[in-house]
Amino acid sequence: MSENSLHYHYVVPGDDFTRAGIASSAVKKTLKQLGIYPETVRKLSISLFEGEINMVIHADGGEIDVWIDDEKIVAELVDKGPGIENIELAMQEGWSTASEQVRGLGFGAGMGLPNMKKYSDELIIDSTVGVGTKVTLIVNIVK
Amino acid sequence: MFIKDIQKILDAQLLVGEEFMDTEVRSACGSDMMSDVLAFVKDQAVLITGLLNQQAIRTAAMMDMVCVVFVRGKTPGEDILEAARDNGIAVMTTTHRMFTACGLLFEAGLNGGCHIK
Ligand SMILES: Nc1ncnc2c1ncn2[C@@H]1O[C@H](COP(=O)(O)OP(=O)(O)OP(=O)(O)O)[C@@H](O)[C@H]1O
Ligand SMILES: [Mg+2]
Repeated sequence: MSENSLHYHYVVPGDDFTRAGIASSAVKKTLKQLGIYPETVRKLSISLFEGEINMVIHADGGEIDVWIDDEKIVAELVDKGPGIENIELAMQEGWSTASEQVRGLGFGAGMGLPNMKKYSDELIIDSTVGVGTKVTLIVNIVK
Repeated sequence: MFIKDIQKILDAQLLVGEEFMDTEVRSACGSDMMSDVLAFVKDQAVLITGLLNQQAIRTAAMMDMVCVVFVRGKTPGEDILEAARDNGIAVMTTTHRMFTACGLLFEAGLNGGCHIK
């Protein structure tokens, strides 16, 4: 990132589902205020929201960092959850390990990671079973 | 179609967004699974859902949707209404079930309007 990039940090609690999505909502507001093109804001917001929800329902929370410069928005989601055993499988539409309880909360369709892939310009998943997961999302800023 | 038409067609009770009654609605999505909603971007859309939590509102907000309709007479709590006010989204509740609510709106000319990316 260039030197004059903006940086935001969020802690995502894992024990309070009602708060899941608050960080993404805050980021969306910031991007709007910065006057970033609405379609770019929407792409980043949807991807980040899916990632934030995943952190809460699969990994007991985590931390999010967002950097914004003139060219791109980079979001890094880090958790100390169970990790993803088979990333290729996890990327498939409809594949989910979510419980019935999570489904009752409106998630667990197995569409989150495919959505993140679709809406971001770059998606990097770095995961180790038993250690945690780091998801990096990059969305280019359209001018 | 406008938000006020949706209220009329669904015989719905408006809970938030008196000021948005003249906002245009061009498409709709009916689902209880939020990632299904997030999969297709629609413009000026309304979300019809049986999912009664703040994530339904946040999902609509991420998508720049203009209205959320809760079906089966579900009445959202103050936390949900607050999230809607905060995001400038109209909220209403109808006693119709999901299938009927979607059918009525479709019949009145509202369609899925999905486009990918
Ligand atoms: N941060 C994470 N930590 C551990 N496992 C994860 C994480 N993110 C995703 N997964 C695994 O990958 C699977 C697929 O994720 P994806 O987001 O596509 O679907 P989902 O979260 O199960 O359902 P949806 O996103 O449709 O609500 C999850 O069911 C889970 O097993
Ligand atoms: Mg998910």
